[in-house]
Amino acid sequence: MLSQSTSYYLPEPSHWPVVGSCALFLMTFGGVLWMNEVTAGPWVVFAGMLTLVYMMFGWFGTVIRESEGGKYNKQVDLSFRWSMSWFIFSEVMFFAAFFGALFYMRVLSVPGLGSGDTMEQLWPGFVAQWPVSGPGIEEKFTSMGAWGIPAINTLILLTSGVTVTWAHWALKKNNRTQLIAGLAVTVALGILFLTLQAYEYVHAYHELGLTLGMGAYGATFFMLTGFHGFHVTIGTIMLIVILGRSIAGHFTADHHFAFEGVSWYWHFVDVVWLLLFVLVYWL
Amino acid sequence: MSAVIGHEHDHDHDHAHGHEYHPGGLMRWVKTTNHKDIGTMYLWFSFVMFLTGGFMAMVIRAELFKPGMQIVNPEVFNQMTTLHGLIMVFGAIMPAFVGFANWLIPMQIGAPDMAFPRMNNWSFWLLPPAALLLIISLFVPGGAPGVGWTLYAPLTVQQGMGMDLTIFAVHILGMSSIMGSINIVTTILNLRAPGMTLMKMPLFVWTWLITAYLLIAVMPVFAGAVTMTLTDRHFGTHFFNAAGGGDPVLYQHIFWFFGHPEVYIIAIPAFGVVSQVIPAFSRKPLFGYTSMVYAVASIAILSFLVWAHHMYTTGLPVTAQLYYMYATMLIAVPTGVKVFNWVATMWKGSLTFETPMLFSLGFLFLFTIGGFSGLVLSIVPVDIQLQDTYYVVAHFHYVMVAGALFSAFAGIYFWLPKWTGHMYDETLGKVHFWLSFIFFNMIFFVQHFLGLAGMPRRVPDYAPQFTDFNMISSIGAFGFGLSQLLFLYVVIKTIRSHEPAPQKPWEGADSLEWTHLPTPAPYHSFVTPPTVK
Ligand SMILES: [Cu+2]
Repeated sequence: MLSQSTSYYLPEPSHWPVVGSCALFLMTFGGVLWMNEVTAGPWVVFAGMLTLVYMMFGWFGTVIRESEGGKYNKQVDLSFRWSMSWFIFSEVMFFAAFFGALFYMRVLSVPGLGSGDTMEQLWPGFVAQWPVSGPGIEEKFTSMGAWGIPAINTLILLTSGVTVTWAHWALKKNNRTQLIAGLAVTVALGILFLTLQAYEYVHAYHELGLTLGMGAYGATFFMLTGFHGFHVTIGTIMLIVILGRSIAGHFTADHHFAFEGVSWYWHFVDVVWLLLFVLVYWL
Repeated sequence: MSAVIGHEHDHDHDHAHGHEYHPGGLMRWVKTTNHKDIGTMYLWFSFVMFLTGGFMAMVIRAELFKPGMQIVNPEVFNQMTTLHGLIMVFGAIMPAFVGFANWLIPMQIGAPDMAFPRMNNWSFWLLPPAALLLIISLFVPGGAPGVGWTLYAPLTVQQGMGMDLTIFAVHILGMSSIMGSINIVTTILNLRAPGMTLMKMPLFVWTWLITAYLLIAVMPVFAGAVTMTLTDRHFGTHFFNAAGGGDPVLYQHIFWFFGHPEVYIIAIPAFGVVSQVIPAFSRKPLFGYTSMVYAVASIAILSFLVWAHHMYTTGLPVTAQLYYMYATMLIAVPTGVKVFNWVATMWKGSLTFETPMLFSLGFLFLFTIGGFSGLVLSIVPVDIQLQDTYYVVAHFHYVMVAGALFSAFAGIYFWLPKWTGHMYDETLGKVHFWLSFIFFNMIFFVQHFLGLAGMPRRVPDYAPQFTDFNMISSIGAFGFGLSQLLFLYVVIKTIRSHEPAPQKPWEGADSLEWTHLPTPAPYHSFVTPPTVK
């Protein structure tokens, strides 16, 4: 069992942060080269990503060893709780910027382009409606319906929220089988969600003519669902890590912040999806 | 307050012995998890950036010394104004105050260190790669972005690859700020010594709690804005393009939702420093502590509700203009409470005027002028006249330089004895203050007149009738720039001095770092938390 230390844990000097800085520099610098068609670009990005993965294994591995070694007392645990809450708040604000852009386009810029002098002098005859690409875009597209795959995906994510909570109950009762089963089902649902989302994108590009370049609707649709999908991917990877740790016998009934942090994150991703479903797909 | 354990660890390099591992040389700084080391790095980094951004300001002022084009071409001039703004805001002022936060918060709340020392290290070490990206942008085809620090679309969509470097620099700086802020908030909320209730915290700690909250709330929004710029540039989106149903003004809305709180992110820690310094040299406790806390909190909340006062000329509906005008004016109320409290603290105090106090008073006078010119600019019909003139430049430099930078100087002189263990040279400090104060006003006071007379900002040439004031401004700028080298000399002299400073060189100072810790502050602040009564 874990024996907890009494004083606040202060880690030794560490080289992982600076490795992470190198990784981000390579990824961003390489990304700039890549976007500007410099041949070395993709390779630099790839090197950066490898460095980042190396850093994550090293850094998180250290944290897991420290946690399992009983170095984190209740106060450290509370620090993790505060920090995860604030981190999720920052993520909320990131999504808020894109939801704000969606609101602005639907309520202000598109109606503005379709009325009054702006319409008559710039694009006469442009009818403001939603979904729309924009007055200067000739190609046609079909918008994404809400009641096909998106509705199924809503069900999948909501169910996964239930299964992760079911796993949490199991952990608190020390029922390892149910914990592992609950997490495994959650991971499977996450992967299923991502697969359907990928299918939906292929469908959008090949059959609906709906691309990132399709003006107001295309940009907000893909950026919002894309960043959400990216967050689901991160959440799924974190769930896989937690599943592996559960199988390895980590966590106790009253010391398992990593599990809770991941489940908070998963619920956050869930709530963002509900907003997406209503504001992007449905209305 | 109870006696303190000023716990001195032996800095033994023998690993078998101690649980402590201290790499030497450069690796000490690269790998450090100590809040004081990290605070020092933040402060030095910000000073290097201050000189870099300052050099760019010198280029701008040299070009503007006379009408006509003399030193740089317009493209380079635009790049200089852009990088000067970005570097000063994100590279110099913000990191300087994070440096203060690192050094002081654990000491002032009786904590052993920051809550997440490794993440703290990363927050710092993300700054050099971001700065590197910005500097590299000068040397790529097309050069650095010449769009102004606000990075407005659609110009940003049309720039060369320097813009992409800037966008990613902003992303990395944002990560650094968010991680740093989460660390600060967690430290303050969870690592306070027993008895250190929220309303007993020194005001500097309060101001950082609120600043960190603002940073966590708005840095992601800025990241979103530049991400849209990036996808508009390379991935075919139309966020800022009317042909695709977007709007360049959308960028301004998102940017200023970040940008206005950003002003307070810079100003609020400055309020915190001044609120420590003025009571110390008045030998009186801060007047109206509680109202100070509420004033800062209400400034922070109001800062989310006024962003479009930067956009009066974009065709906002009149109703919106009226709302933003009145909401902006409302901020004068809590700001007035603060200025009143600082003055009331000095009222009947036993005042002395050492360098930190001089800089704080400089702050008080000049920041108030900047606040008043802000009030002038908040009035819609006036702003429509003054938009993008030198009046605006004068206004925000009174806030940024005389506000934030002067209070940073005040803080450095104030805590330098605690940090280095040595006293700085009082005479040179005072000379530094007076040079800075006079040259600052020479640069920027006249710019009010230039702006009122209609001289536009961000243009490398001007009509001949503006020549005299521009010459005065440029001479002031060179003087101000040179005076900062004196500051560098004073700091180095202090570090190298052999004169030990007392534990509490300032009679009126009363926070834990003065009352409970020796000078210089030990490597680990409070291994065992003190009990605060
Ligand atoms: Cu503002």
